[in-house]
Amino acid sequence: MKKVYSAAKSALDGLLFDGMTIAAGGFGLCGIPENLIQSIKESGVKNLTIASNNAGVDGFGLGLLLQDMQVKKMISSYVGENDLFMQQYLAGDLEIEFNPQGTLAERLRAGGAGIPGFYTATGVGTKIAEGKELKEFDGKTYVLERGLKADLAIVKAWKGDEQGNLTYRKTAMNFNPECATAGTVTVAEVEELVPVGALDKMSIHTPGVYVQRIFEGKHEKRIEQRTTRAA
Amino acid sequence: MPWDRNQMAERAALELEDGFYVNLGIGIPTLVSNYVPEDYDITLQSENGMLGMGAFPTEDEIDPDLINAGKQTVTELERTSYFSSSQSFAMIRGGHINLSILGAMEVSETGDLANWMIPGRLVKGMGGAMDLVAGVQRIVVIMDHANKAGESKLLKKCSLPLTGQGVVDRVITNLGVFDIVEGGLRVVELAPEVTMDEVHEKTEAAIVT
Repeated sequence: MKKVYSAAKSALDGLLFDGMTIAAGGFGLCGIPENLIQSIKESGVKNLTIASNNAGVDGFGLGLLLQDMQVKKMISSYVGENDLFMQQYLAGDLEIEFNPQGTLAERLRAGGAGIPGFYTATGVGTKIAEGKELKEFDGKTYVLERGLKADLAIVKAWKGDEQGNLTYRKTAMNFNPECATAGTVTVAEVEELVPVGALDKMSIHTPGVYVQRIFEGKHEKRIEQRTTRAA
Repeated sequence: MPWDRNQMAERAALELEDGFYVNLGIGIPTLVSNYVPEDYDITLQSENGMLGMGAFPTEDEIDPDLINAGKQTVTELERTSYFSSSQSFAMIRGGHINLSILGAMEVSETGDLANWMIPGRLVKGMGGAMDLVAGVQRIVVIMDHANKAGESKLLKKCSLPLTGQGVVDRVITNLGVFDIVEGGLRVVELAPEVTMDEVHEKTEAAIVT
């Protein structure tokens, strides 16, 4: 089965539908699937639920999907960098489910690993635990959190091969490996698509079994906080 | 004289022990890295997926694939390792990180911490704070003793929604160092010229001796 596609549009062909859930890799603007987000914007698909640590910024990243009100709900840990997001949220047009960052990562990991729920101490005694099952283990209280699966996962890697094996670069890895496992279908965009055998087999972060479609794209890699020291 | 921001950070650096793996929050806690003793081997964790965080880059070193949890560009070190978000929080939740130093809006005398939302104001999210306070071995808070209205931030009970319940071990304010113990706060140390009377006057939380 051929996994390689020429671009984001063809790689998403037949996968998008209104009301679907999408898991998107990235932390801030680092390691986000830029081309897939752009293509989802152009598709006009609506009522999306998106699981992503952040919601992009105005006019870039997942912020693009807010411009035409395509997002119904975000599942995120921090959304502070996006004014349009905040406007839509305050106007009641956009729902948000805050998840602690580690809980979000573990929910995606668990979802992809066939684990429907797990207990964590994170959030016990806070709003996050309200309405959820609590259980004591060895004298300490934990809250039940559910595994999270998505109809589609969109991820970005540094290099990938024709079998869908992926290698990420530095902190651009972040949520991408978890998202890749949590998608019923996972589409990966890579900076460099290489022939099978060209990747170091011991340095593959996401094995190709998790990736159904892959393409090479150009990446702007916008920087959110450009901090430097004197040379 | 109460401590200023830098002096609070300098005092907080005394919480470090040689060999520690440490996660520093945004704001004053970040300044702690300026006061790490030179002969100490300290590894900084950044929860977006990095152990061994280096300084900010020079213009030439900037790499958009290399940022910290505050989305700022940083550099790597010889020891650096990169990993995914679930791995990052496995080491946090699993108790493998020795110390986290965080900012706060309120801390209660039972060690409850509030630092992520103010009802009625725009809520941006908790990021990794709830995971850090629940999982890291030792939690030290750095914050001003009073808020801008002059009210104590060390309270009997937090008024703001909690980030974690009974999670704080020690609080460093501009007035001194306080441990959360049975019955309330124990004064560990006072800033120069700060008196116990002043602490009693400016603290709502119970102070035990």
